[in-house]
Amino acid sequence: MTSNAPTPSRAVLAGHGDFAAGLASAVAQITGRDDVFTTMTNRGLSGEEIAQTMRAALDAGVRVVFTDLPAGSCTLAARRLQRERPELLLVTGVNLATLLDFVFSIDADVEDTEMEDATTRVTANAVEKGRAALTVVGRTGTPGARGAA
Amino acid sequence: MPLELYRIDDRLIHGQVVVGWGRPLDIRFIVLVDDEVAASEWEQELYRMGVPPEMEVFFHDVGDAVAAHARYVADRRRGILLTGDIDTMRRLVEGVRAATPAQPIETVNLGGVHHRVGRQSKLRYVFLTAEEEAALRALQARGVTVTAQDVPSARPVPLDDVLSGRAGT
Repeated sequence: MTSNAPTPSRAVLAGHGDFAAGLASAVAQITGRDDVFTTMTNRGLSGEEIAQTMRAALDAGVRVVFTDLPAGSCTLAARRLQRERPELLLVTGVNLATLLDFVFSIDADVEDTEMEDATTRVTANAVEKGRAALTVVGRTGTPGARGAA
Repeated sequence: MPLELYRIDDRLIHGQVVVGWGRPLDIRFIVLVDDEVAASEWEQELYRMGVPPEMEVFFHDVGDAVAAHARYVADRRRGILLTGDIDTMRRLVEGVRAATPAQPIETVNLGGVHHRVGRQSKLRYVFLTAEEEAALRALQARGVTVTAQDVPSARPVPLDDVLSGRAGT
């Protein structure tokens, strides 16, 4: 599932089922970029294998992991890896808007400033964009209209 | 019966448990029984972070879990008890049977025992060594109903069908 592009990927995208592959394909359809994310699924994997798969995906020097669910096993694996790699950023609950902003910002912003700070800033901005994108359209005032946790 | 599910799952707390089972069963607490996790505050914090605020998580090694079992059974909220492997569940079932014979653990759910060297494929999410098969058969022989079921919407597969491979992989 790793892209064939010559540039190393900039983030790992991980989740249940085809979540990561699906979001990556949506990113590619919109931006034409298929070299930004290394994708992985936890389907059929033990906790141990999920950690191994994620470790392998991170070996290329990736500093950001996007996952689907706070309670997910990919999220837990990423948090475990943060213990040995404190510079690792984990974003959980990711959506397409977050990834699109990340894709458009990561190269421009990271190349001209100090790498670590810039990645953190780009990731934080992308999260804000993703949060703003999660909205209810239609009748307002409905109780519980916010997205599920 | 406030402990709705006794589940063996090597991922312990994760999406299928918290959301897949947690939401439809209205689960309000999780009892995580694992000797290693019980000894590591860092691991506990990790698992605690994964659950929504309305869900409480308790950590025990097997000995403490046996002692605390009656208290969880008496809880008015609905809960799930998790172990990461078959042997931990076997020790728990035996311990509870000895400590509180009137309240034995009657059902065990195989939720995720994944591929590892020495294990044979039984279901998409169940792989077992010969020793693990024997331990599950022993549980069943003592009157515990063992079924495999990854999510609530799936059909529970009886242990005999899991072990014979009749249920397919």
